[in-house]
Amino acid sequence: MAHIRLDNVTKKFGLHAAVDGLTLDIADGEFFVLLGPTGAGKTTTLRLIAGLEKPDDGKIEIADQDVHQWSASERDVALVFQYYSLYPRYTVRQNLAFPLKSNARNCSQAEIDERIARAAKTLRIGHLLERKTDRLSGGEMQRVSIGRAIVREPRAFLMDEPLSNLDAKLRESLRAELKELQMKLKSTFLFVTHDQIEAMSMGDKVGILNEGKIVQVGTPYEIYNKPKNIFVASFVGSPSINLMPAELANGHVTALSGKLKIVAPRSKTNGAVTIGIRSEDITVGPKEQVAAHIHDVENHGVEKIVTLRVDDQFFKATAPSSLELKIDGTVKFSFNPDKLHFFDAASGASRA
Amino acid sequence: MAGVLDTSPAARAVTRGWSDLTIRNVFIIPTILFLIIFNIFPLIYSLGYSFTDFRASVNEPANFVGLQNFRELLTDERIWNNFWVTAKYVIVSVGGQMTVGFGLALLLNRAMPAKGLITTLLLLPMMMSAAVVGLFWRLLYDPSWGPLNYALGLGDLAWLSNADVALYAVAITDIWMWAPFVMLLSLAGLSAVPQHLYEAAAIDRASAWYTFSRITLPLVTPLLLIALIFRTMEAFKTFDIAYIMSTQPTTELISIKLYKFAFQEWQTGKSCALAYIVLIMVLAITNIYVKYLNKVKER
Repeated sequence: MAHIRLDNVTKKFGLHAAVDGLTLDIADGEFFVLLGPTGAGKTTTLRLIAGLEKPDDGKIEIADQDVHQWSASERDVALVFQYYSLYPRYTVRQNLAFPLKSNARNCSQAEIDERIARAAKTLRIGHLLERKTDRLSGGEMQRVSIGRAIVREPRAFLMDEPLSNLDAKLRESLRAELKELQMKLKSTFLFVTHDQIEAMSMGDKVGILNEGKIVQVGTPYEIYNKPKNIFVASFVGSPSINLMPAELANGHVTALSGKLKIVAPRSKTNGAVTIGIRSEDITVGPKEQVAAHIHDVENHGVEKIVTLRVDDQFFKATAPSSLELKIDGTVKFSFNPDKLHFFDAASGASRA
Repeated sequence: MAGVLDTSPAARAVTRGWSDLTIRNVFIIPTILFLIIFNIFPLIYSLGYSFTDFRASVNEPANFVGLQNFRELLTDERIWNNFWVTAKYVIVSVGGQMTVGFGLALLLNRAMPAKGLITTLLLLPMMMSAAVVGLFWRLLYDPSWGPLNYALGLGDLAWLSNADVALYAVAITDIWMWAPFVMLLSLAGLSAVPQHLYEAAAIDRASAWYTFSRITLPLVTPLLLIALIFRTMEAFKTFDIAYIMSTQPTTELISIKLYKFAFQEWQTGKSCALAYIVLIMVLAITNIYVKYLNKVKER
């Protein structure tokens, strides 16, 4: 159990700063998800905390101790790798015992057996213990690699996209299991992913990382509903938030070449803005405000995602699955004025 | 027009000239012919000779003597002494090559400046002719003005004319020459160990020795065994270096004895029999290794 703090950490590979002045505070027992696109520096951040990389600048603290000079093994954090990194040629039991056989731990055989039994029960891999690791399926391998982390009872768990190589169904169930595991163990989890659904569904807190910098840290609710800028708004949420240019004047927003005019909910300064609206905040139906061309309809079972077009502007709306929508037909829609996001047209920063 | 559109393999081959079959035969038949003429035919022919009293130096027909050659050889204590010398030589030389070669590979298996250059330089001995290496080391070992004794401060130790030392002196030369081969195979094995396993072990707080014995060694073992097989086979039939370097009876390896039978005493039939005994022994040893290798790979 430990609280992890990064203070202005920079890591360069050649001239490129993979992590650039990153400051992060992860509370004890928190499930923190670091979310960002490929190449944002998520894995590097994780490796810096684990001690597999040394920062060029800045300070890393684990449990209020500066771990700058500590090697990976001294830091006593567990890392679950994206590619499992199970030790080949050994059985699951031997893999789980590996960290416990370390001289740094000095576990008795009885204690090793007990810890393995407990981890196996938690992860439901008891029946696999005597199996060689190359005879496991992807999901089983990932469980074993998580098991190898939990037998250690480490100060913190670091997970590097552990679910990204699994198929969708398995990912969904392991997601729930991991969250449950964290609540049971009450340890600090730092989970790295590029999958915003994982981030939103698992994290107590989510940190959005882009180009080596933290863009926003907040609860999933805050990230989703109060994005700090266009990057966060468009990275989180599926389908992506709809963005379009608009004009703010005299308490009104005008968009879609003047066809859409809404009363601005709060006082905003006048001028050009980018407005964002999520698909579920657009209502589609016969009684709504503005007519649009139906470009495409995706049936998702629970609902339909319909791509609408007004002149050259495309945007997506969520419609109830009972509503009949025909491609190339026409339908009316309206935006929920309370859910509009305003961004600076030039910088992309939120103007809320 | 139908012919143009015909895309069956036969039709395409016609447009290309030679068919795949022809090309295959053109390449393979000469090789097979050469193998038969220079390898397989002598192999079988010498098996025939091994049951005769044929002497290549005398213009007399060969007489069939049955198993007499084999019986004589296998009951001859001097021959068994040659085998004993060979066994000592194989163990010392191959053991040394494995140790030095794997050690060098461990040292080289890290990021370091001029790694490629160092590796290439270390490989040079392997590429030299055995005759040159033998003559060169004879100079190095020279008791009165050889640089080795001077550098090691060994006075006038007569490496090659001292019956107790000569075999080891030859083995040292062989180690120098062939350790790079083991190093090369070991390096291939070591660089195939995924880096993330070492990282996982570091995270799991494994000591350096534990990591080496539990991760590195098991993954490199199959390649080490292959190196061991090759080197044992080669060491068993060593002739050139030992013949060039020393005339001591304590360095008379089985292949040297074989050579003497065949081309000094001209006992062609008997030497063929001995050659077959050696062949069967090498086959037996390598078979044991290969069995073990397959077992290791299965694990």
